[in-house]
Amino acid sequence: MSTPSPYAIEMLHITKRFPGIIANDDVTLQLKQGEIHALLGENGAGKSTLMSVLFGLYQPEEGEIYVKGKKVEINDPNVANELGIGMVHQHFKLVECFTVLDNIILGVETTKGGFLQKDEARKKVMALSEKYGLRVDPDAKIQDITVGMQQRTEILKMLYRDNEILIFDEPTAVLTPQEIEELMQIMKNLAAEGKSILFISHKLAEIMAVADRCSVLRKGKYIGTVETKNTTMEELSAMMVGRNVNFHVEKGEAKVGKPVLEVRNMSVASKVHKNNAVKNVSLTVHAGEIVCIAGIDGNGQTEFVYGLTGLEPLVSGSVKMLGEDITKAKIRERSLKGMSHIPEDRHKHGLVLDYSLEDNLVLQRYFEPEFTNKAGFLRRDNIRKYAEKLIAEYDIRSGQGPVTKARAMSGGNQQKAIIAREIDKGPELLVAVQPTRGLDVGAIEGVHKSLISQRDAGKAVLLVSLELDEVMDVPDRILVMYEGEIVGELDPKKTTQEELGLYMAGAKRDEVKA
Amino acid sequence: MKKILKNDGVQSLLASLICILLGLLIGYVVLLFIEPSGAGEAIKAVIKNFLTYNKKESQLKYLGNTLVKAAPLVMCSLSILFSYKVGLFNIGAAGQYCIGIACSLYCALALKLPWWVCTLVAVLGGALAGSISGLLKAYCNVNEVISGIMLNWIILYGTNMLLTNVKEATSPYTKEVARTSAASLLPTLGLGKFFNNNKYVGVSVIAAVVIAVIVWVVLEKTRFGYELRATGGNKNAAKYAGMAEKRNIIVTLAISGALAGLGAAMLYLTSYEQWNCSTSSVPGMGFNGIAAAFLGGLNPIGAILSSFFIQHITAGGAYVDKKIYCAQISDLISSIIIYLCGFVFFMKLMMNKRIAKQEERAQKALAKKAAEGGKEQ
Ligand SMILES: Nc1ncnc2c1ncn2[C@@H]1O[C@H](COP(=O)(O)OP(=O)(O)OP(=O)(O)O)[C@@H](O)[C@H]1O
Ligand SMILES: [Mg+2]
Repeated sequence: MSTPSPYAIEMLHITKRFPGIIANDDVTLQLKQGEIHALLGENGAGKSTLMSVLFGLYQPEEGEIYVKGKKVEINDPNVANELGIGMVHQHFKLVECFTVLDNIILGVETTKGGFLQKDEARKKVMALSEKYGLRVDPDAKIQDITVGMQQRTEILKMLYRDNEILIFDEPTAVLTPQEIEELMQIMKNLAAEGKSILFISHKLAEIMAVADRCSVLRKGKYIGTVETKNTTMEELSAMMVGRNVNFHVEKGEAKVGKPVLEVRNMSVASKVHKNNAVKNVSLTVHAGEIVCIAGIDGNGQTEFVYGLTGLEPLVSGSVKMLGEDITKAKIRERSLKGMSHIPEDRHKHGLVLDYSLEDNLVLQRYFEPEFTNKAGFLRRDNIRKYAEKLIAEYDIRSGQGPVTKARAMSGGNQQKAIIAREIDKGPELLVAVQPTRGLDVGAIEGVHKSLISQRDAGKAVLLVSLELDEVMDVPDRILVMYEGEIVGELDPKKTTQEELGLYMAGAKRDEVKA
Repeated sequence: MKKILKNDGVQSLLASLICILLGLLIGYVVLLFIEPSGAGEAIKAVIKNFLTYNKKESQLKYLGNTLVKAAPLVMCSLSILFSYKVGLFNIGAAGQYCIGIACSLYCALALKLPWWVCTLVAVLGGALAGSISGLLKAYCNVNEVISGIMLNWIILYGTNMLLTNVKEATSPYTKEVARTSAASLLPTLGLGKFFNNNKYVGVSVIAAVVIAVIVWVVLEKTRFGYELRATGGNKNAAKYAGMAEKRNIIVTLAISGALAGLGAAMLYLTSYEQWNCSTSSVPGMGFNGIAAAFLGGLNPIGAILSSFFIQHITAGGAYVDKKIYCAQISDLISSIIIYLCGFVFFMKLMMNKRIAKQEERAQKALAKKAAEGGKEQ
């Protein structure tokens, strides 16, 4: 015990079971002092579970944890905190109606005579924010800020607590390419200062760029750890899924048909400021093509989709689908006309977390005669059969199959369930907002294939994406949105990422006709 | 054994039982403080209720009375739990119950209408009160708790005013339905003879059970229930899926109101109770419904059992020796127990924590043993 341990964290032979599944099966993970260690694995491989064990949210059935060479029992996040372990969760855990500052100091407030002493806290937060380039507005409410800033808030929360060991569960899934760049730099700075970082991501390029070592899990089992400088993306993905993954999207020529969606002069109000978030947008999507709306997050894409799908009313403008005006149509009417919507936020809109997987899979169709009889009773056996079909077709993994509560599923598998539901509905128009968010490379390949087969079947697809690779590879046309307006139309075959970047940053713009 | 303990239904049941025991214990301690000598007898009286009587005939008769009053309580707790599934807290059940009293008694005493019309009007009255809260919630975003409480007062004074028209000349109480309009009395179906000719027992007792079952079926088995529970679980997702959330809020509160209104008709059209026209607070039935709903684990079938229990101890309170304790003691003890009943979900949480801890300990012990065994070899 004379020499200090080279490891900040050692998790040895961890086993954690859930009903119907072994989420971690004899997993060993060693995090060196001051390194950035990536954790890679398919959706449902057990990454979040392993991190939750380290953070004291779950108790493992077997295995031991050492922090700086000392054996510890982490049976509560407070214990983790005392040991200097901090975590940014896959789905953030912020209080929506509190300000950024309040969220950061929540739980470790300094008080004097029962009153909050916020001034000192504010100073410390601003100093940290400055030092690491974590831009936040301390007085903005969480519900009003972008996911990027929410994440910076989560990071500041860890730093404010002087955590030395930082866990990031899929931090980049929700960020824009620019924000990802920034985050990588921040992580490198933190590591250079001696903090040790555990980092979960499905994006191999990021792992190669930022991590020193990478451990791979597959179906709950530990596969191995490699040094990133001695490996390739192909090798990593093969370790992870057990087969080679095709990174390139294969597709033939588009056979463009008649217009399916015609949006004219759409404006949608903003929730955060007085101006409209979407300004006078016109666009057309035809049968047999994939149109992608690209842009930096927060440039009106979310509001545009809300307006299009009927979640928010329009300030002005019109929407036509298959020649019929649906500007004022109810959400259900749009759905029955053949509009499907893979929502941006799977927990806010996409799922009823306390419903079983099967009940979530019929969320858009429960009222159809197949699932409800004439007397208004649910046809449970048909629902079960349908769910089993989708689960098999879309490889949705969970502990107990159709009856698993959505809450107990891994993030990526929740996403797969939504995609299955929306595509299997057989839509004329598929509105897919960040459909591959949080999916592993194998699943992304699958989703891209389904989007393209929709197109090839003569359906219209409107893709909204922040992912540059996806924007370049999948669609037939790219529309760039900047500050609520369409500022450019690009042909993915002819443009470059650099040119796209200029449009997205607002440095370049053309007149675009719908 | 552990498997059984982890079952959700079993946990709810255990949690309810623990709450009941705690309530009785605290009630006992309070009695000890006031007057130690009679405490044991008093708490026994509360638990025994109709069993205090020695004669089988009397026991049956008073069991009948407890059933008659449990029926409306079942309805009130159904009213609470139905909206609760949709994420609404229908504190207005008390007022909806009260409007049910006003409607049924006025139809019976002033208009001398047949019982089924009186009942129907009470149901509609409750539904109306519920839908007012629903409309305010859906279109003006007024919290249903606030509008419910306000409506409770309005309805209470409205009821007092309306029923003053049909009260006895010499007392603040309304006339007896049995004497004024026999046609307005609920059918007894001859059930009274099983309860030593208790003339109040009748269709309401059976109806309460049947309606509880119907509520369960609607919530769990139908498309409508699926929508309602989805709205309660995640209203954004319900909206996204094209469910008519505004309509569902209004319909839910209207149904809740109808259930409470029906409860009132079930009691007052038996002539078991008369309304005091100078009452200064809404009847406690609606509020006890909250306790009954939670004690029953928010399950309609559970609500039947919990309502009977709560009514049982409330009635039992009347048998506490008034020579030793003041008259209010019976209400105090039953309210302590009812209060504790609200803690069922807290209990469940604590139980789950304990189970998790124990399992962990057991597993560690096992692991240790295995490790030691390994060494020996
Ligand atoms: N609270 C829970 N209850 C029951 N099962 C769970 C629970 N949490 C996770 N699981 C199951 O454990 C498995 C591993 O889940 P985990 O969230 O760790 O996956 P992951 O590797 O983080 O996947 P993703 O990349 O999709 O986020 C999944 O099959 C999931 O269904
Ligand atoms: Mg995860």
